[in-house]
Amino acid sequence: MRTETGLAMNAGVSLGALRKGAQAEIVALDETAATTTLDTGELERRLIEMGLVEGARIEILHEGFPRRDPIAVLVGDSTIALRRAEANAVMVRRLKD
Amino acid sequence: MPKDDGFPPRPAGPPRIALVGNPNCGKTALFNALTGARQKVANYAGVTVERKEGLFVSPGGTRVKVIDLPGTYSLRARSPDEEVTRDVVLGRRADEEVPEAIVCVVDATRLRLNLRLVLEMKKLGRPVILALNMMDEAESQGIAVDAAELSAALGMPVVPTVAIRKDGIQPLLDQIDRTLQVAKSEGLAPKTAPCGWSEPSARDLRDYHLEVETILAQAVGRPSRPHLATRKIDSVLLQPAAGLAILLILLFLMFQAVFSWARLPMELIDGGLSAVKGAIDAGMADGPLKSLITDGIIGGVGSVVIFLPQILVLFLFIQILEDSGYMARAAFLLDKMMGGVGLHGRAFIPLLSSFACAVPGIMAARTIENRTDRIATIMIAPLMTCSARLPVYTLIIAAFIPQRQVLGGWVGLPGLVLFALYAAGILSGLLIAFILKRTVLTGAREPLLMELPAYRLPRPRNVLLGLYERARAFLVRAGTTIFALMVVIWALASFPAAPEGATLPAIDYSIAGMIGHFLEPLLAPIGFNWEIAVALVPGMAAREVAVGVLGTVYALSDSGDAMRNSLAGLLAHSWSLPTALSFLTWYVFAPQCIATLSVVRRELNSYWWPTAMFFGLTSLAYGASFATFRVASALIGE
Repeated sequence: MRTETGLAMNAGVSLGALRKGAQAEIVALDETAATTTLDTGELERRLIEMGLVEGARIEILHEGFPRRDPIAVLVGDSTIALRRAEANAVMVRRLKD
Repeated sequence: MPKDDGFPPRPAGPPRIALVGNPNCGKTALFNALTGARQKVANYAGVTVERKEGLFVSPGGTRVKVIDLPGTYSLRARSPDEEVTRDVVLGRRADEEVPEAIVCVVDATRLRLNLRLVLEMKKLGRPVILALNMMDEAESQGIAVDAAELSAALGMPVVPTVAIRKDGIQPLLDQIDRTLQVAKSEGLAPKTAPCGWSEPSARDLRDYHLEVETILAQAVGRPSRPHLATRKIDSVLLQPAAGLAILLILLFLMFQAVFSWARLPMELIDGGLSAVKGAIDAGMADGPLKSLITDGIIGGVGSVVIFLPQILVLFLFIQILEDSGYMARAAFLLDKMMGGVGLHGRAFIPLLSSFACAVPGIMAARTIENRTDRIATIMIAPLMTCSARLPVYTLIIAAFIPQRQVLGGWVGLPGLVLFALYAAGILSGLLIAFILKRTVLTGAREPLLMELPAYRLPRPRNVLLGLYERARAFLVRAGTTIFALMVVIWALASFPAAPEGATLPAIDYSIAGMIGHFLEPLLAPIGFNWEIAVALVPGMAAREVAVGVLGTVYALSDSGDAMRNSLAGLLAHSWSLPTALSFLTWYVFAPQCIATLSVVRRELNSYWWPTAMFFGLTSLAYGASFATFRVASALIGE
């Protein structure tokens, strides 16, 4: 599969939309896709600091209650909890649902 | 005599090292291992961030000061705690000398996340030692970290440590000696060392990340795997239904323990205080001094000290939940529901602590980074029924609520009323948070973005050191602030003295009595008599003192439980039921606790918020009591 098609197919898939058990690879960070009151650039930096950066493999381990929010995500060797609102800023390529 | 360590900026004191690391990297355990009980906790000036300092003697015989800086993921500070870490290592704090060396503590099982901070620290241009902590766990998980390789890649000494084992910190101690020796021989003046750190952009952070990946590829033989046991435990504890049920059961057990485990020590303290009071009563001539000692100091400070066992049991639970890694899970489980009223999941811990006492609860709100979230949490903390209100509740309930079984004989009426009082506090607190977050404290919530650390067995040593520190802080406060307040209130209640041949209790003639009489017309609409008004004045210092004052006002001389029992009978005769219910309602909201207001002032560094809290809660208490009194009067037909 060529890269462009691959990206096009997955355009708009965000970490915030994934369900428990899903595995994916992070392809981009896009703050504008999330609702946040943080200053511009701040959410992106915080996500990177917690290991949510391009190329990282992730897996959704747990979902909160109610409305399956927040989510606990396995990133590398750590488990990070975040809300779906912020997870929307993380664009992913699905590996397994 | 202080010996010369050869550091130009401070030729006197011993050299200092600072511990820096991510949260949950075992930094505090390492600090405890280095210093043992030789540590002191204070506050940084101007902010209420804990400053932990300790002392140890290195193998080379050097006395070394060690500072435990608040955990952080980055030097880009996001909370007051993280600002302190940044400012200390950058030498920006006037009240803290720049450390001669920095010990960067990393969790060897989570190097990917931890190493980025190390790269940032390297930019500071100061001697850095990397402590590869939790090496035992890394080994048992099959993670092969090559310390020599890591040291070469990072360009700094790397020592494996196991903070929880006796010999686990020897390599670190030796390295500290070597590093300080080098710093000394070079005559390095830390203040003038070039600092290459600047706030990293998203691009810089990505570069750091790539650098970490390169280093990991070089130095870690087998990649780390997620902690399997943790994952298995979480599949139960974070399961929405079962997880919440377990959390509720845990909380229930905790409250049971706070009351049942603490009972015996509290009775012992009560008995001890009564004995001392009795001895002084018998051995000292009547006079102002005796009254000051027995009524003011023993009666006043003692009534606060008696809550030490409850506070310690509560903190024992909190410390164990914290050290085991469960607290982050509780925040995870409750985040969405607390979000319904605009609170952060992390507000759970401060609010929980407030059931023991609002003061540590408000202090625990420091973990909430966002200021508006933090203010909202602090403002409703006094509505969580603190243990100081319990003596007041039990007194009034014993006097007015009949021992009857309700709900088909399952529940006693007194217990139900007590539960209703707690529930009223919680519900009104949530309601106020909801209103505050939609009016003055607007803005979306701070992101959660929180690590769920691997579960670990809490170490008794760390738990005990934590409890010791709590107890010390509480007793110091009781011996200073509360002591001073009690003396003032005792004076108000004792002077001017009753004239010769007075028929009324002495307090009637005192300033407190005058204040009571002055307040009476104001409080009459809510059913309070002047005796209650008098009790509210010293209740400002500590709520439970109101019980003692009511006893004094009703001219009883006994103390402790004996007094409470007879006082209950007396109150049942002299108060109407609507007055009693109104009084209970008042105490659900009652803001009159100076300690709470002063800690709010300190924590938020503002006079506005404590003032708003005082007037807001007073009007709320007044309104609710007024409604209770009127409705109850109408129902009873008085």
